[in-house]
Amino acid sequence: MQRIGVFVCHCGTNIAATVDVKKVAETLGKEPGVVIAQDYQYMCSESGQNLVKDAIKEHNLTGIVICSCSPRMHENTFRKAAAAAGLNPYLVEIANIREQCSWIHKDIADATEKAVILGRAAIAKVHLNAPLTAGESPVVKKALVIGGGIAGIQTALDIAEAGFDVDIVEKNPTIGGKMAQIDKTFPTLDCAACILTPKMVEASQNERITIRSFSEVTDVKGFVGNFTVTIKKKARYVDETKCTGCGLCTEKCPMKKVPNEFNMGLDNRSAVYIPFAQAVPKVATIDPNYCMMLKTGKCGVCSKVCSAGAINYKQQDELIEEKYGAIIVATGFNPIKLDKYDEFAYGQCPDVVTSLELERLMNAAGPNGGTLLRPSDKSHPHTIVFVQCVGSRCDDSKGKPYCSKICCMYTAKHAMLIREKYPDTEVYVFYIDVRTPGKNFDEFYRRAVEQYNVHYIKGMVGKVTPKSDGKIDVQASDLLANEQLHIDADMVVLAAAIEPDKTARPLATMLTTQMDTNDFFTEAHPKLRPVESATAGIFLSGACQGPKDIPETVAQASAAAAKAIGLLCKNSITCNPCVAHSDELMCNGCSSCEKVCPYGAITYIDKEFRMPDRTTKVRRVASVNPAVCQGCGACTVACPSGAMDLNGFSNSQIMAEVDAICK
Amino acid sequence: MQEAMINKAKQLLADGTVSRVIGWKRGEFAYDITPAVFETAEELEREFVFDDFTSANVSKYLVKESQKEGKVLAFLKPCDTYSLNQLTKEHRVDRDNIYVVGIPGGPKLDIEKIKAKGITGITGVKNDNYTLRIETIYGEETMPFYEAVLDKCASCKSKKHVTYDELIGEDGDVLESNRFDMVEKLENMTSQERYDFWRGELSKCIRCNACRNVCPACTCENCVFDNPNSGIDNKAPADSFEENMFHIIRAFHVAGRCTDCGECSRVCPQHIPLHLLNRKFIKDINALYGEYQAGADTTSRAPLTNYTADDCEASVVHERGVE
Repeated sequence: MQRIGVFVCHCGTNIAATVDVKKVAETLGKEPGVVIAQDYQYMCSESGQNLVKDAIKEHNLTGIVICSCSPRMHENTFRKAAAAAGLNPYLVEIANIREQCSWIHKDIADATEKAVILGRAAIAKVHLNAPLTAGESPVVKKALVIGGGIAGIQTALDIAEAGFDVDIVEKNPTIGGKMAQIDKTFPTLDCAACILTPKMVEASQNERITIRSFSEVTDVKGFVGNFTVTIKKKARYVDETKCTGCGLCTEKCPMKKVPNEFNMGLDNRSAVYIPFAQAVPKVATIDPNYCMMLKTGKCGVCSKVCSAGAINYKQQDELIEEKYGAIIVATGFNPIKLDKYDEFAYGQCPDVVTSLELERLMNAAGPNGGTLLRPSDKSHPHTIVFVQCVGSRCDDSKGKPYCSKICCMYTAKHAMLIREKYPDTEVYVFYIDVRTPGKNFDEFYRRAVEQYNVHYIKGMVGKVTPKSDGKIDVQASDLLANEQLHIDADMVVLAAAIEPDKTARPLATMLTTQMDTNDFFTEAHPKLRPVESATAGIFLSGACQGPKDIPETVAQASAAAAKAIGLLCKNSITCNPCVAHSDELMCNGCSSCEKVCPYGAITYIDKEFRMPDRTTKVRRVASVNPAVCQGCGACTVACPSGAMDLNGFSNSQIMAEVDAICK
Repeated sequence: MQEAMINKAKQLLADGTVSRVIGWKRGEFAYDITPAVFETAEELEREFVFDDFTSANVSKYLVKESQKEGKVLAFLKPCDTYSLNQLTKEHRVDRDNIYVVGIPGGPKLDIEKIKAKGITGITGVKNDNYTLRIETIYGEETMPFYEAVLDKCASCKSKKHVTYDELIGEDGDVLESNRFDMVEKLENMTSQERYDFWRGELSKCIRCNACRNVCPACTCENCVFDNPNSGIDNKAPADSFEENMFHIIRAFHVAGRCTDCGECSRVCPQHIPLHLLNRKFIKDINALYGEYQAGADTTSRAPLTNYTADDCEASVVHERGVE
């Protein structure tokens, strides 16, 4: 006979204000099998837990139901309490009467009735619960960082510092990411390259870090502590081990008309190229879309001039399989494409540029060697208009609903740098609001206004029209003066919204992690677990989780590293005992479960069965590897005969819950 | 045709390619054709039948037959080959142990449609594809051939054999079929009309299990309806809920695996159009996940046990159901 205890939590007024907790306890106390039903103000408190522990011992309980908050919150707390009192932790059921009841209802009678029903379902389930024992699985002491920008580099350095091996997978030929393209950084105006490149070099020299550049993750299998990742090493047609990075091939390459992506297409590079001087690894890459040798078989100049013999036109993409204990996503961001913004004449007029393009125009390694010149006629601009929130805080489908967070500050930086270097230039900034929360941020912005006399105008630009004399007419409204303005500008700079990198969405699918509607990775808890994804063993670093500036990105990168190190320190982790198993007598061997299993936990074996009349028969049946199974339950739904079942969430338990609710 | 098939079977038995043959033999009445296994030339000569009433799909029998010693010869109509492919895909048959001879498909005759004309005492039929001459113990009767054709043949989806080792006659093509017309009609009803339609049909069910027993997708080692632990193992329909649910659960179980062979409706003694439930699933799968024909091959992944990034969102399915 079952002896079940029911414990109803008030959660202060969170539950008790909308649910009559006394009545819930009283009603559930009359359910068959229930021997004790109590309510208490804070069941998760130490005294609340003691109440549960004492009841287990005193009444010799065989199962308990806690009517409280979501199991995501405190299931573990009560499982531990049960275990401490000698009850198997998997004989604990949580009825969520907070998130799924009190918080969403206003009427006390309705909410109380629903709380009773939810409690009844949990009691029906606990009647069928079986004690389960968790196994252990070893942790591979190696981490994978996906993305080699400042976020990925910082995470990798911190993990390596703690003594663990770490691989960085970067899809581009070099690590460095967006920060490598930036000229100066706010609010200190130090040079981005000066602070980034030492970190890139440190990463390349650290013997615990392996940089897999020009590579992409194509498949992820396994689970926390034991991921198997397939990495595609794209053919760069250059042997990385032989190339010395001398750059002779890039000089001699006859194909020099390739848009240079590092300079945002503002100048050209050769078909064989090293993205920039400080690239890591500093090896050449051949662009197969432009290389004459690869396209037509005629040329071979780079191969002839390479004294190291590193050029290999026959190189193929290579698939590498590696095992990791933790995965850190650091896929970063990109500015949005502005082709839908005809009103700003981007694409029609070369002197209308994005902020990232302006970074390159002002950079010493940029197309103009650091002198700010108009892209159209290489003349010195005298009037520059900055437009804020191009695609940010946007209601329509063209843009993004969120604030891109970094634009206010980098625009203040651009304005200040231009006024400092070219004091004869007038700078206008059109803004909705200026947002400067951050250490020394508002002071920085005020310097732009007060010391550098940048004209900040509240209002949006309506239309940008290139004129025949080479000037650009900027039509805008000044909301504070309540007037329409026309500015004759030489250049217009658009602060394009930022969005997650396009590779993030398919990656999220491979990692079985969640994303929000904007394709930013969702953290496990917005306040308390900001660098973990909801999928165990997957951590988030940098702008892939939301718009961030460099200091915030680095802070989050180190936080993600700390979480990963915490995992890698363990020799083994406790497995979830709620895994699937197959009833071999009912299994058809049809492979439906194998096909839907996202973890590759199901294999098929030929097994001999005893049949009537002393005969035997060999049948193909499913076999679940409990160390790999994560208990998602997909197989139990796919199984046509009902042979697959999940420990702790068996078909009969679920049906019992449904029956209890429908009664 | 019958002659050619008997000769082919005798030849394959004689040269040792196969050790037995699955075909059909006559039951009590002329139109009563039932699957049978033959092991000798004499048996074939004596009992093997293939005529306008030979509509039974023998693929399901191969689940057991192909596990036995020695190869089995199966004569399969185009629609039957889809069933066999699906069973091969699900590892339910040992395809290497089956020798498939593809034979031309229907249209086959529906005895119930002939009887509905008031014709009884039937001893045989003659058919020139326009007029059906029915021999009875009371003399000859005639009726238009197309009026006597099985529903499943009237909406034939394919004359193509998707798997075979040898063909008698020529292979056909996948057809443009009108098989979803009735489903569309049901979709266009109000939910009350649709409910009334299905209540009317399903309340006729006597729970004889013929639909399940004939269905080539229903080959579970232990059917959920026979499993006392499944919670749905009721035998006789005690109330309207159970009447409805048996067929709906079955339709869910074969969803994405049903090849639309139409056997369920053919064998139903109560003439419930069960295939419409399955066709609704097929139509929805086509619309939501792209065209898919179960059994067309043995390697592709069925949409319901596959995930692709462009699978439709749950909300799309949900909104479709809102009136």
